Amino acid sequence: MVTRTVWIAWRPGIQDNNKTEIQTDMAERIPRVPVREQDPKERASNFDEVCYGYDIQEAMKEASRCLHCRNPRCVAACPVSIRIPDFISKIADGDFAGAAGVIAEDSSLPAICGRVCPQESQCEGSCILGVKGEPVAIGQLERFVADWNRENKAVRPVPAQPNGYRVAVIGSGPAGLACASDLARMGYSVTIFEALHRPGGVLEYGIPEFRLPKEKVVKPEIDDVRALGVEIVTDVVAGRTITVDSLLDKEGYSAVFIGSGAGLPRFMGIPGENLNGVYSANEFLTRNNLMKAYRDDYLTPVLKGRRVVVVGGGNVAMDAARTALRLGSETSIVYRRTEKELPARREEVHHAMEEGIEFRMLTNPVEIIGDEKGWVRAIKCIRMELGEPDESGRRSPVPVQGSEFEMETDEVIMALGTSPNPLIARTTSGLETTRRGCIVADEDGATSRPGVFAGGDAVTGAATVILAMGAGRKAAAAIDRYIRGE
Amino acid sequence: MFRIVKKEKLNPVVYRMEVEAPRVAESALPGQFLIVRTEEKGERVPLTISDYDPEKGTVTIVIQEIGASTEDICAFEEGQAFADVVGPLGMPSDFTEMSDEALKGRRYVFIAGGVGTAPVYPQVKWLHSKGAAVDVIVGAKTAGLLIYKDEMSRYCDNLYICTDDGSEGFHGMVTGMLEELVQGMGKKYDQAVAIGPMIMMKFASLTAKKLGLPIIVSLNTLMVDGTGMCGACRVTVGGKTRFACVEGPEFDGYEVDFDEAMRRQAMYRPEEKEAEPHVCRIDIRSV
Repeated sequence: MVTRTVWIAWRPGIQDNNKTEIQTDMAERIPRVPVREQDPKERASNFDEVCYGYDIQEAMKEASRCLHCRNPRCVAACPVSIRIPDFISKIADGDFAGAAGVIAEDSSLPAICGRVCPQESQCEGSCILGVKGEPVAIGQLERFVADWNRENKAVRPVPAQPNGYRVAVIGSGPAGLACASDLARMGYSVTIFEALHRPGGVLEYGIPEFRLPKEKVVKPEIDDVRALGVEIVTDVVAGRTITVDSLLDKEGYSAVFIGSGAGLPRFMGIPGENLNGVYSANEFLTRNNLMKAYRDDYLTPVLKGRRVVVVGGGNVAMDAARTALRLGSETSIVYRRTEKELPARREEVHHAMEEGIEFRMLTNPVEIIGDEKGWVRAIKCIRMELGEPDESGRRSPVPVQGSEFEMETDEVIMALGTSPNPLIARTTSGLETTRRGCIVADEDGATSRPGVFAGGDAVTGAATVILAMGAGRKAAAAIDRYIRGE
Repeated sequence: MFRIVKKEKLNPVVYRMEVEAPRVAESALPGQFLIVRTEEKGERVPLTISDYDPEKGTVTIVIQEIGASTEDICAFEEGQAFADVVGPLGMPSDFTEMSDEALKGRRYVFIAGGVGTAPVYPQVKWLHSKGAAVDVIVGAKTAGLLIYKDEMSRYCDNLYICTDDGSEGFHGMVTGMLEELVQGMGKKYDQAVAIGPMIMMKFASLTAKKLGLPIIVSLNTLMVDGTGMCGACRVTVGGKTRFACVEGPEFDGYEVDFDEAMRRQAMYRPEEKEAEPHVCRIDIRSV
């Protein structure tokens, strides 16, 4: 390949005595390779993926920026400890299959994680290059390898020799898939029970198509988990169709992993929340993502307001707002703190702003006002200012007396976070939960009931895909030790 | 896949289907519902369970054609299969938790309207098996639309038919029949249960309250997932927001804000239908 020699020329000589210094110097001279994206104006009215990802040249060039630190901080910061410098060095060498092999040792969902991980606060956030300049684009490189591997079918999952034990996994989201993959690789026969009609959990119902394409990315990655020998049974609601007790006592599973996520939406408890035209973000996103209401050929309806107000500042708020925008609604985000405190990933906020979503900071809804027919007409908000820092260290917002005002709107989407669904805890004997409904589990995912493990949002409350995967992997190791009687 | 083993037409717009769904049949109890999705592009449609047979591994659903999605379901024939049947969903009826001693001799009156008659059936069957005394009022617009008469009379003590046009049984509304039973005939009941169109349940609750009779209603709200994830089904009960899919579908009829529930149920109904004063149309979930 012609281009390759060029990048090799950019890599410093291995024999060099002042290697690190020179490498740093070199890497700083090569700026981070920007990733191509769909034009904001254009993408504001379609559901195609926003980010195009790197091509081969871009990926190899970006890979050449890695310093291959002796004690790579990026690996330590990765919840599933992917050997990042190793796969990056294989990319730089043009050995993409090799890179895919390195990632596959620690992650079964790389095309997904490359897209939705908060790299800026994990691997990339601890990259040494980020101290003086831009960190290596680890997320984009992971995505590149995963996409390349999918298209070229280079590294394929290989089922292990069955060891004769059966493990049940509840929920086919990131925690369940990661747990199931690791167990399957160890030889366990794993069955995943999924409540919805498609596997994937939040990857399927929560994250929009334009950030995480379902047919192109999610489905093939889940198919790879199946290829390891994992069976996925949809349409089974744990706590209703089956119970954890029945899986252990009647169906003969040796252990159960609960990765049921945090699916219960929160509301504010303000007047008018049950007016027609008020959605939880979960409902709005489920209608669009799982049920594909944004497409005319699917039957599930969704309201397309003229003016939509999304309440909240997390990733889910960004997803809901950007979806509403794509449905043709003029969209605003209302958040009670300032832009600095927005809990959403910076990239998501940046994308939302680029696409033309209005941000109303230091604004908090106090009431939703309906018309005579019971439909949303306006949202009444109060202006806020930042006061003293709270326990989380963030300055807590306090209302400015007498500053109430109305914003005209015909659709309100509440994106205020979610809690775990209590269904499983209620129907499982001897399973301890916290006051907030989270399942109590130790570092390894062991719960108060022997043989029952849990991880992901069901334990922590709403968090990220990669943390759930990390918890699923830890639990898989613990389940293996438990079954082997260690 | 969930195969239809038997399909019958109960009246010009209502069908009964027995569907293979072994896990649902195994766990189902009176009061619960399920969700059907016909194919990839279909809606998730909540339907009540009108019977279940754990040994055969089948559940029975009764569906009324009232919109695109229910028409799609009704168009399925014996031998064909639905893409998805998920359940049982919701809480079982309170009485399934009561002891046999408590149920023996306990007096129930059911008020069943239209296609809502079907989910009354497993409740009546259960209570009858526990020795409760069960009267059932079944209402329909006209004699030709009545369903479950024979099935019901097998398990209830008294069956009272009402038709709006007087073509069969009592000429009038189910609420009139209830008043007649309690005030006219001096019947005593410990518990009333109403299942049918929202507007019927509203007036049944008002009548029961007037009569001092406790009443349970089964709310057929809009739903997407049916597992507590979306909140489309939220209703105000006793001033508090509740999720009908996981905390219901059965609630204390005195406490339900029916006007809000009816308004929310109509959220996706086209304007012209909203104006139509046809009771059956209100029944989105087609129970």
